[in-house]
Amino acid sequence: MKNFFSSKVGIIITGSLIGIIAVTLQKMGNPANMGVCVACFERDIAGALGLHRADVVQYIRPEIAGFVLGSFAIALIKKEYQPRAGSSTILRFFLGIFAMIGALVFLGCPWRALLRLSGGDWNAIVGLLGLTAGIGIGVLFLKYGFSLGRNYKQKKSSGWIFPAFMAVLMIMLIFHFRVSETGPLFFSEKGPGSQHAPLFISLGAGLFIGVIAQRSRFCTMGSIRDIILAKDFHLVSGVLALVVFATIFNLIYGQFKPGFEAQPIAHTVHLWNFMGMVLSGLAFALAGGCPGRQLILSGEGDSDAAVFVMGMIVGAGISHNFLLASSPAGTGAFGPAAVVIGIIFCLIIGFTMREKVN
Amino acid sequence: MSEKIDARGLSCPQPVVLTQRAIKNGATDFQVIVDNETSKENVIRCIENNKLSAEVSADGDTYVINAVKK
Repeated sequence: MKNFFSSKVGIIITGSLIGIIAVTLQKMGNPANMGVCVACFERDIAGALGLHRADVVQYIRPEIAGFVLGSFAIALIKKEYQPRAGSSTILRFFLGIFAMIGALVFLGCPWRALLRLSGGDWNAIVGLLGLTAGIGIGVLFLKYGFSLGRNYKQKKSSGWIFPAFMAVLMIMLIFHFRVSETGPLFFSEKGPGSQHAPLFISLGAGLFIGVIAQRSRFCTMGSIRDIILAKDFHLVSGVLALVVFATIFNLIYGQFKPGFEAQPIAHTVHLWNFMGMVLSGLAFALAGGCPGRQLILSGEGDSDAAVFVMGMIVGAGISHNFLLASSPAGTGAFGPAAVVIGIIFCLIIGFTMREKVN
Repeated sequence: MSEKIDARGLSCPQPVVLTQRAIKNGATDFQVIVDNETSKENVIRCIENNKLSAEVSADGDTYVINAVKK
């Protein structure tokens, strides 16, 4: 049977729905222009677990668990659940770390870049240009034979572990698990981490997006990559639909505030907004998917994608502990240095992990 | 003898890169083997965008996609 969501109409519907749901979640309590930002929300999870102690960004985000579990459920139903692993695991882990470091210098993953744009935050344009540049470099490597190698089929339980981990996080959140009165789990009392839509609405929204993103293969990094690589405009039609519908609903909700200055959870240091996303874009391109896509793949049983996600969560801890993450005041003390190191790391991986091209 | 491309286990977008390379090298009659739905859809789209047609046969978890002239 033909997969409707993999059609042009399907990907456009998916993008539109993600856009509408994201800004509606903002209306219901999620942080402004953040909607369903994968990097931000993984960072909040890292904070809730105590992997960093930035007390304004700590919450177990149900959306993240929803993406994984929604994808897991629909992949099982559609017989696309396929436990697989073994493609340069440790490199993917470090690509995840550096992808997160770059994203937290810009303050958002590609999904949030699109949502920031839809909310009138023009700094997002700088970030998206950086993202495009990073992906462009990644495409060059791909054309010249870059490969992290093949994955191999695994036993069933190998693919369950990550969805199970997400389910455990959800149970801990629902029962407000804490080892002591002060935590962990840690929950922000102020700042973005304290802002969230009602738990079950967030979870439901996450599950729904997980399902449609799994069916449609929605990927922001892929959308730009496919244009550069193959002049294929399939995925980008979904991304554009996301921006269009998120903008329309932001206007309806009165959440559209155009400008560069004083944008929510954003800064105006253009150079590092750009460079942060160059690093992220390159890391996503080498790893084969944007953060959202990596969550969906994790749900389908792809352990390599799950390792990338774990890298991002650990990367969030490193970012905040080592003063790499930006804040509305500007870049962190060592953020720019870390971005440079990350780009060097990615270039080394890009140049060294190549198969012979005939 | 038509070219055979084994793209099993390769992550996105490598199956497409390999397909593109074959087309660029002038192949109009070749076979791509993939092991997941997404790669199958992507490779078919790549073949069709290059004005060839794709015929797919499934063998368990493996898909064999034959690119042929329209």
